[in-house]
Formats: sequence, C-alpha cells, structure tokens
Amino acid sequence: MKTCLVVDDSKVIRKVARHILETLDFEVAEAGDGQEALEHCQATPPDVVLLDWNMPVMSGMEFLRALGQTELPSRPKVVFCTTENGMAHIRAAIDAGADEYVMKPFDRETLENKLQLVGVA
Amino acid sequence: MEISDGAVRILAGMLETRSGQQLGQGRRWRIETELRPLMKARGIETLDGFVDHLVRGGEPHLADIVVDALLNNETFFFRDVAAFDLLEQKGLGRLRHARGETTRRLRIWCAACSTGQEAYSLAMLIADMPRLWDGWTVDILASDVSHSAIDRAREGLYSQLEIQRGLPVRRMLRYFRKEGEQWRIDPAIRRMVRFQAHNLVEQPPLGLFDLILCRNVLLYFSGDVRRLVLGRLAGAIAPDGVLMLGAGETVIGNSDAFVSDYEARGLYRPRLDLSRSGAAGRAA
Repeated sequence: MKTCLVVDDSKVIRKVARHILETLDFEVAEAGDGQEALEHCQATPPDVVLLDWNMPVMSGMEFLRALGQTELPSRPKVVFCTTENGMAHIRAAIDAGADEYVMKPFDRETLENKLQLVGVA
Repeated sequence: MEISDGAVRILAGMLETRSGQQLGQGRRWRIETELRPLMKARGIETLDGFVDHLVRGGEPHLADIVVDALLNNETFFFRDVAAFDLLEQKGLGRLRHARGETTRRLRIWCAACSTGQEAYSLAMLIADMPRLWDGWTVDILASDVSHSAIDRAREGLYSQLEIQRGLPVRRMLRYFRKEGEQWRIDPAIRRMVRFQAHNLVEQPPLGLFDLILCRNVLLYFSGDVRRLVLGRLAGAIAPDGVLMLGAGETVIGNSDAFVSDYEARGLYRPRLDLSRSGAAGRAA
C-alpha cells in the first residue's frame, strides 16, 4: 500500500484529502505544518506528500526547500495542493522541486490523476 | 423531477436521429440536469411540458439546443496517460518512420473531440518534441457533433477544474496563460488544430488521415450505428494509418475493416483487403 502525508493546517482539508486518498488505497498520515511534516519524513518517508502552501511554523515552500537539503533513503514525490493559483506561484513551486500542483478546490478525479502523473497511483 | 416514458422516447429519438447516439439508462440523469435551465428560461415547470413545447416547433433552433445539452462532453487532457504514451511511442513513431523519407506530412483526425482537450493534447505532444517534427507539416482536424462543444474548443479557454484534469503542471505552464480565473491555450498550439462540426454517421471529411482518434463515443451508439461509423472511419484512414479508440472500446464484433495492431495493443490498423474500397473514390 502506498503512503501519503497530507500537510495542511486545516483539519477540514486534511479530512477531505484523507477520505479521497483512502478510497484510492493510500495509507494516510497527517501533519499540521511544514516542520511537523519534515520530522515525519525523516522518521518514515512517505511515497508522496500532499502539501499546502500557507501554514504556520513552516510554510509549504520552506518545507520543500528543507526537504531538498535533508538526506532520506528515498525522496517522496511532492504535490502542492493550495489555493495559490497564480502562474508565478506555480512556477516557483515547480522550480523549488515540487513534482505536481493541484489548485484548490479539487475533486477526486483531479487528485487521482495528479497522483498518477507522479507515478504513485 | 417526473418525466413520462413518452417524453423520454421523444427526446431519445431526437438525440439518435440527429447524432446517432442513444439515450441509455446511464444518461437519463442528463435530461433533468441539462434541460432544467432551458425550462427555467422559458417559464416551463415540468419536463413533459417542456417536451410538449419542443415538439410544437415554436422555436426553430430549440431541438439543436436540446440535443447539444443531452450529449456528453466529458473529456480531459491526455485522457488515459498510458494510451497517449502508447500513441507517441508506437503510433506516431511508426508514422514518423513511414513518412519521414517521403512526404513528411501527417494528417490527424480527432473524430469526437468534444471541447478540444484531446486535440490540444496531441498538438502539445508534437510541440513537446520540436526536433523530431522539424520540417514536418502536421494537420490536426478536430470535429464533434456538438456545435457548442466546437465553439468552446475553438475558444481554447478552460476553467481551473478543466485545466487540472490530466494536464501535467509543466505542460500547463508551457502551453497556457491565465486569463482571470480561466486558462487560455497558447496561440501556437491553437493554430495547429482546425475545428469543425461533424456528425460521425455522415460522410467523413475529405482526404485520408494517417491517424484517427475516435475515443469514448462508440459506446453511445447502437450496434448498427457503431458498425456504420467504423465503416466511415475505414474509408477515411490511410492504408498504413493508425486508429485509436477509447480504453473500453474495440472493433472486435463491430467491424472487420480494422485489425488489432500486434505491436501496440489498443491501436488498430486498417485491414488492407477490405478498407480501400470505400476510400479510393474519396481520396484527396
């Protein structure tokens, strides 16, 4: 079973994402900010991280940069999942190492398709 | 909302006559969801009342609008990633090899293009590899029975939800520009595709096509219409051309004019001894 870490400061979004991911046969873990997510990745790297942009403590972009400097046995795929939908934001995320980008709101098909595109679904 | 069997039969007959497509049980939900705005705009409260208004013929173009509304325009970019990989590696690869030393010209027909995502996906696939296609003339004709779908396809403007369905983010950044809350296809990709309204049960566009995509539409036809349409496609494809159907569709049991491509499961080739008779008189 593939594993996905959902990183979002909104409990509601985490719950929605968890529900969709579980229907796609993912084992789901959650983190409320980038720092918590980084610690999770160091302990048990998931196959994919679903990452919000704006979060307290450590933002999605800060997490992505920190992840790039962290030695892990395998680097998880990173799919940004955010309300930031401007081209500049999307380009910045891809340049920083994100593998895919989902603009909120999203539906099951969109998320499933993006996970297929990064090779984890 | 209630609708009588008689009214359903009228709508189903209208849809089949004008598009060849059937209004199966799986599509009946569209009657209420798609026709409700048309009813509301006319102050009609029941579906039976709306069908009565329709058959009285007071509005000359209302039948076209109703048929357009009942058609399923569901589509998305690079629908079925594996199929597009197969198409690039085997289908387009073989055609590139076959035409590379001769015409360096490729004619492609997206025969049920809906709102354009499939045709633009093909155009992007080719634009992604400029060195492979350098010096080639690639003509993509995209058609659909729905006039409103063709209008939208020509516009090349997609919602946030549509742009995210199937399109890898790097291609989105490369080939689209944001306009307000929508996303506009790059003009160079737009220019690669010609759109026209066309009903698959009628004679195909003139000339022979090297590649025909007819995906996720055969399932809406009756067996007889499916055979008719596949016969039309057989008459429009080049002798060494490639036919691509939807993931759940097959020629088996529907046409003996095509055979499965032994090198690429999911693609079809014309059966040479049968397919030419219908094409010879129409070849451009």
